[in-house]
Amino acid sequence: MTLLLQDDGVAPHGGGDVSSLLEPTSGRRGDSAFKAVALIAGLAVLAILGLIAYSTTKEAWPAFKQEGFGFITSSTWIPAENKFGALAFIYGTVLSSLIALVLAVPVSLGIALYANEAAPRRLRKPVVYVMDLLAAIPSVVYGLWGIIVLAPAIQPVYKAISGAVGDIPVLGWFFNGESGRSYMTAGIILAIMITPIITSLSREVIATVPSAQREAAYGMGATRWEMIRAAVLPWSRGGIVGSVMLGLGRAMGETIAVALVIGSQAKITTHLFDAGDSMAAVIVNQFGEASGTHRAALIGLGVVLFGVTIIVNVSARGIVSRFDRRSQGA
Amino acid sequence: MTDLLSPDVERLLLDATTSRSRRVKNRLASIWMVGALLVALVPLTLVIGYVLFKGLGQLSLAWFTEDLPTITRKAGGGMGPAIVGTLLITFVAALMAVPLGILGAIYLHEYGGKGRTARLIRFMADVMTGVPSIVMGLFVYTVWTLTFGLNGFGGSLALGCLMLPIIIRTTEEMLRLVPDELRQASYALGNRKWRTILTVVLPAAFGGITSGVMIAIARAAGETAPLVFTIGAARNLNLNIFQGPMTALSVQIFGNAQTPFEAAQARAWGAALTLVGIVFAMTILARVVSSRVARRHSA
Amino acid sequence: MSPELAATTEPVVAQLSTTELAEPTVVFDVRELDVYYGEFRAVRDVNLQVHQHEITAFIGPSGCGKSTVLRCFDRMNDLIESARVEGKILYHGVDLYDPRIDPVEVRKRIGMVFQKPNPFPKSIYDNIAFGPRLSGNKGNLDDIVEQALRRAALWDEVKDRLKKSAMGLSGGQQQRLCIARAIAVEPEVILMDEPCSALDPIATARIEDLMQELKSDYTILIVTHNMQQAARVSDRTAFFTTEVNSESDTRTGVLVEFDSTDKIFSAPSDERTENYVTGRFG
Repeated sequence: MTLLLQDDGVAPHGGGDVSSLLEPTSGRRGDSAFKAVALIAGLAVLAILGLIAYSTTKEAWPAFKQEGFGFITSSTWIPAENKFGALAFIYGTVLSSLIALVLAVPVSLGIALYANEAAPRRLRKPVVYVMDLLAAIPSVVYGLWGIIVLAPAIQPVYKAISGAVGDIPVLGWFFNGESGRSYMTAGIILAIMITPIITSLSREVIATVPSAQREAAYGMGATRWEMIRAAVLPWSRGGIVGSVMLGLGRAMGETIAVALVIGSQAKITTHLFDAGDSMAAVIVNQFGEASGTHRAALIGLGVVLFGVTIIVNVSARGIVSRFDRRSQGA
Repeated sequence: MTDLLSPDVERLLLDATTSRSRRVKNRLASIWMVGALLVALVPLTLVIGYVLFKGLGQLSLAWFTEDLPTITRKAGGGMGPAIVGTLLITFVAALMAVPLGILGAIYLHEYGGKGRTARLIRFMADVMTGVPSIVMGLFVYTVWTLTFGLNGFGGSLALGCLMLPIIIRTTEEMLRLVPDELRQASYALGNRKWRTILTVVLPAAFGGITSGVMIAIARAAGETAPLVFTIGAARNLNLNIFQGPMTALSVQIFGNAQTPFEAAQARAWGAALTLVGIVFAMTILARVVSSRVARRHSA
Repeated sequence: MSPELAATTEPVVAQLSTTELAEPTVVFDVRELDVYYGEFRAVRDVNLQVHQHEITAFIGPSGCGKSTVLRCFDRMNDLIESARVEGKILYHGVDLYDPRIDPVEVRKRIGMVFQKPNPFPKSIYDNIAFGPRLSGNKGNLDDIVEQALRRAALWDEVKDRLKKSAMGLSGGQQQRLCIARAIAVEPEVILMDEPCSALDPIATARIEDLMQELKSDYTILIVTHNMQQAARVSDRTAFFTTEVNSESDTRTGVLVEFDSTDKIFSAPSDERTENYVTGRFG
């Protein structure tokens, strides 16, 4: 052993050089420098968000100043006459997103429950893959399919429905109109796009339900559906609401697909089969030929959209994180 | 009386006496769940089917190499500039967002932890994932395009802003999976924290981070709205990202889809197929990378 | 060794009787060591000396703070934000907790092996070469790796698969790899925190043999919950136990007795030690 020590490189430190421990080392500065760089990278998120709010508001200011609250309460949007009231677009954004939610939530929840509770084990992964594929398709491709395939194909259906129920009170208020490119078509396309989002988020939430809860319900003789209602849904309600809201946020901000299929007419109507317009769609459709106050007003629409989606997202995150804490604490 | 029965027996009894309505409800719920999956499969199949069916006919060598035609309503020309534009703009965006995002995640997990700053950044990154892509486009228009004009780099900035929060959050998740024992082992060898992060933590999380990053890039590659305001419109190949307008596949799909001309719509389908191909290839590659690395480490 | 050190007159909780052992160099002189986690005092009043080329074992029931004390020797406790140390650990006369000391430099001289084998998810070769590369070693890396593996009695088992992942090794092999990885940095001292608790008896025996071989070149401190292991491998043993603080219902570790291993196991001077080593307690 001692012989080996003399000619190999692995010789243990002697005790003689301990004084060098007290000499200042330069390495410590490397640590604080790296930490500072990482912190700056993290702060970039805050900086970008702040800059988004500031610079878009600044560019939109002429329109805000000219219109005041009318910007969001008036529905008169006539660029040629320098009038910019965005209410019709706000209405269109909300309506198309609500249609999307009504269509997407039952489907998403069904798939999430199926993938986590009901599907045979070997089918679970493929179900997740299918949702991933659905999420991976770019929105402009959905828009392309919507304008060229779906809109013309579904127009006769709208016509038939509004012909059948258009004169009946209540039903007729909604199921009326016969435009292929309409609120309804936009809602359908949006629903397809947010389904994978809501599904995967609620699947994560449902996966946190402790199996003891399920077994307790089964132990009482519950059927699967009764178990889901007694154990799974109450436990994950908060998280599911949060994921639905995140889906809503996504639907409200979606631009290209909606711009292609909503029909681009600024009007407020309850008729789901009529053409309308949304904030994001108007921005992208009019921005190219806009200048001056018109352009400021379009950027102003972006500011409103930014504000609304921030509110929706913050409340959704709040709900989800409150739910997270509860499930970790339990 | 039920107190005397074991749950199993109780269940059997209940099943036997279960009112029909309970069983019917259970059956209906099952139908709903399976039905939901089938409903979701319909648009997926239709969209992919149409893209393949209508797009395949467009693909040829010229499609990938030639410039866009000058007259939209006539057939001919290729998609070369758009393909190059999509790849180039996305690549430059990733070049900015990936290091920034990984560093930010390092701050969140390795330094910030549960501190106030880290919690704020984490929350805001979540909020930032919800910012609509069109807002990112307007933002870049106000801070870049108004000063420097329409060029590819504006598009890269917007796509980078979209990628950043996704990269931060997925990378943080992956860092969380690196066992603390590895960090301890490295410190015990006299390795400093920053070098521990670079030489031990990041390599250990490499597979997961790569896959998360690729999914973020794939998603950005398909974005349209942020490019419409920032990169302008070009028919010819432009490799200079800082100078002059460019074009991209998504922008070409959007533009051509709105025209009533057969040839233009056909080009939109061809561009859609190309774009979906790029996006899917990256998504699948991400899965392969992450599962391969996972297998190597568990061996 | 400074004369000031030799003339230790401070009262020690456990009186040292070193008559049976030759008087070798003192590597560590621990004086009045207290460790706190926030307000909570985890260990108090530790006084002991660690001698060169000996194996010193820390034993005691779980929660007695033996691992906490071990981690003070390479300042690994610094990584826990709330941890705070009072008292002194003199390393060849230099206080390891002197504010001028860079803990990273300390850890290069004092290596550590952990309870659970923790090889990096890299190749066997890269695991060993990791430390030498850090210090910018310009020597022949291949030789360093080979020698470290030989010293850890692992070379013959892995020499044909150096480029394979270390994760493919058995638990015992992984632990010897971790020892080799620590050796490759050329430390003077190796700290071992229950190095065999995750291993089967055969792998444990190999590690114990290895420790005996390494003793001639290194100073080894080992924490073990296994009394037989302490009796088998160590020259001196420190017995720790816990005291319940009645008012706060917390437990603080204390050093009960520190002596030659023979004495601890055959004729301990404290009743608590006797109860523990004879199995009547803990």
